[in-house]
Amino acid sequence: MGTPSVAVPEGMWIKCESCKEILYHKEVEDNLQVCPRCGHHFRMTAGRRLDLLFDGGRFKLLFQKIRSADPLKFVDTKPYVDRLRAYTRKAGPGDALLVGRGEIGGHPAMVAAMRYRFMGGSMGSVVGEKMARAIERCLARKIPLISVACSGGARMQEGILSLMQMGKIAAGLARMRVRGIPFISVLTDPTTGGVTASFAMLGDVNIAEPNALIGFAGPRVIEQTIRQTLPEGFQRSEFLLEHGMLDLVVPRHELKGTIVRCLNYFH
Amino acid sequence: MAVPTYPFLEPVERVREKLRELEGGSPTLDREETIAELRRELQEAIDRVFSSLTPWQQCLLARHPERPYTLDFIHGTMNEFTELHGDRCFGDDPAIVAGFALFDGEPVAVMGHQKGRSTTEKVRRNFGMPRPEGYRKALRIMEMAARFGRPVITFIDTPGAYPGLDAEERGQAEAIARNLEVMARLPVPIVIVVTGEGGSGGALALGIGDRVLMLEHAVYSVISPEGCAAILWKDQARAEEAAAALRLTASDLRKLGVVDEVIPEPPGGAHMDPAGAAELVAASIRRHLRELRRTKPDTLLHRRYKKFRSLGQFVER
Ligand SMILES: [Zn+2]
Repeated sequence: MGTPSVAVPEGMWIKCESCKEILYHKEVEDNLQVCPRCGHHFRMTAGRRLDLLFDGGRFKLLFQKIRSADPLKFVDTKPYVDRLRAYTRKAGPGDALLVGRGEIGGHPAMVAAMRYRFMGGSMGSVVGEKMARAIERCLARKIPLISVACSGGARMQEGILSLMQMGKIAAGLARMRVRGIPFISVLTDPTTGGVTASFAMLGDVNIAEPNALIGFAGPRVIEQTIRQTLPEGFQRSEFLLEHGMLDLVVPRHELKGTIVRCLNYFH
Repeated sequence: MAVPTYPFLEPVERVREKLRELEGGSPTLDREETIAELRRELQEAIDRVFSSLTPWQQCLLARHPERPYTLDFIHGTMNEFTELHGDRCFGDDPAIVAGFALFDGEPVAVMGHQKGRSTTEKVRRNFGMPRPEGYRKALRIMEMAARFGRPVITFIDTPGAYPGLDAEERGQAEAIARNLEVMARLPVPIVIVVTGEGGSGGALALGIGDRVLMLEHAVYSVISPEGCAAILWKDQARAEEAAAALRLTASDLRKLGVVDEVIPEPPGGAHMDPAGAAELVAASIRRHLRELRRTKPDTLLHRRYKKFRSLGQFVER
C-alpha cells in the first residue's frame, strides 16, 4: 500500500522508475535487482533474499506447511480463501514469509524474509506463527535472527488476530533480548503499519536499504489527515536515519557484508 | 440538553429525555407514578434496541459522545489518582494519561488513552490519538511500576495512533513496538481493560498483559471499519459491512481467544450509568488482580508469553 509497484516484469527490457532509463532485464537481475545506472533498488523476492544472505546460497526452508485457516470466514469483494489460493498459485506456498536456516559468514543463523508478492507482504496468523517459531528455534539453538521486512502491514482479512501477531512476535523478541540472542532487522521498500510497529523497529541493529519507504502510517493516510503534501524524502530510509530510527542505510551490495560484521561482533 | 446521538438509539433517548425532565422538575401529584411508568418504558426500549445490535451499532456505542472515558474510569474505580507527565525525551502527550492511584487501598500504576469531552478538550487530547511521546510516557510509568513492584492497569480507548507528520518523525512505529516488547517482559501483573475503541496498533501499544478484559459494547480491531471499507471495498460508505466482516465486538473477541472476560455494561450502555459501569469494571479488575498478585513473576511472564503466543489460527499440512 502506498508505493507504486516496482516489480520487475518478465520481459527482456525494463524501465527504471527512478532514472527512466530502459535497462536490459538480465543486467538488472545480475546486479542484485539494482539499477546499474542510478542505483535504484528494485524489489527483490524473498527467495532471492535468502540466496543473497546465506553463504553459497545454501539454506533450508522451514515451516512451509503452515497455511491460513481463514478464521473470520472473511469476504469482501471476494472471499479471502479465493485470494489466498490465487496468491499461492502466483507466489508459491509459504504465505507472506519465508524462513530459512543456514550459515552467514560461517555463523549459523535464521533469516525470515517477507514476500511482498503475497498479498502485499501482509501479516496474518501464518506470518506470526512462522516468526514465532523462528524466534523459538533461535532461542533454543542460541543463533541470531535476521528479518527482512517488506510489507504493507497487518492483514485485514484476519481481523484482530492479525493485530495480535504483533504482540506475539514482540513477546518472542523480548525473550531474545533478555537472553542476549541477537536480532538484526533489515527494512526494505516498503515497510509500514503493523510490521514496522512490531519486529522491524526492534532490531539490536536496524538496517535499511536506500530510499525505502518506512513508517507507521502510509503516506496517503497522513496526507488525508494533515491535508497537505508531504515533503520530498519524508518516510524514506535516509529520513529515518537522520531522525535516529535506524542504525544504518546500506546498499544491497554491501548488505551481507554488513550483517556478517554485526554477527562477528555479537558472537 | 440532548447530546446528538445515533438514529438507532432514538427510541431510548426519547424516553430518557422525558425521564430526565421529569426527575429534574418540581413534584406533582402523579409524578412518582409517571416516573415509574417511564422507567418501564425505558427498559422496554433498551431491550428492543439492544437485543439485536449490529456490529456497526456496537462501533457507534463504543464511540458514543457520552461514554465514560479513561479519567472517568480511573476516578470511578480508584482513589488518590496522581497524574504524572512527560516522556523525558520530547514532551507530554495529553492523548494518554498516566500515573499512580490506590485501588482497594493498594498502590497501582494506571494509564490509558484519553479523549476530550468539549471541543477544545477534544482538540487538546487529539481525539485520543497518541503521538510517540504518549506511548513513551506510558512506558516510563510502567517501568517505574516494575521497579517498585506495583501492578499496572491500562484502559484502552483510541481511534488509533496519530497518523501525522510529527508523529512519524519522532518514531511512532518504534514507540509502539517498544511498548509491546517491554510489556511482554514487565515483571509485575498487567490488567488491560478495553473500554471504548480499540483502534489497531495504537490500542495494542497499551494492550499486552496478563488479562485482557473488555466492556460489553467496546470494539477492538486491526483497522477501523471505515478504513477497511475504503481499502477493500474502495468505498468508505460500506463501513457497516466491514464492521461485520472484521468481527470486532467483545463477544467475537472472546470467541477468538483475544479477550479473557467480557465485562457487562449497565442497561443501555456505559454512558447511561457511568458510576454503575465503573463499579462493574472495578469488580472485574479486583478479581483478576487478586489472582495475579498471588502468582510469582516468572510464572506470570511465562503465562503472559503463552497467552499471546497461542493467538492466531492456521492449519498445518
Ligand atoms: Zn535507474
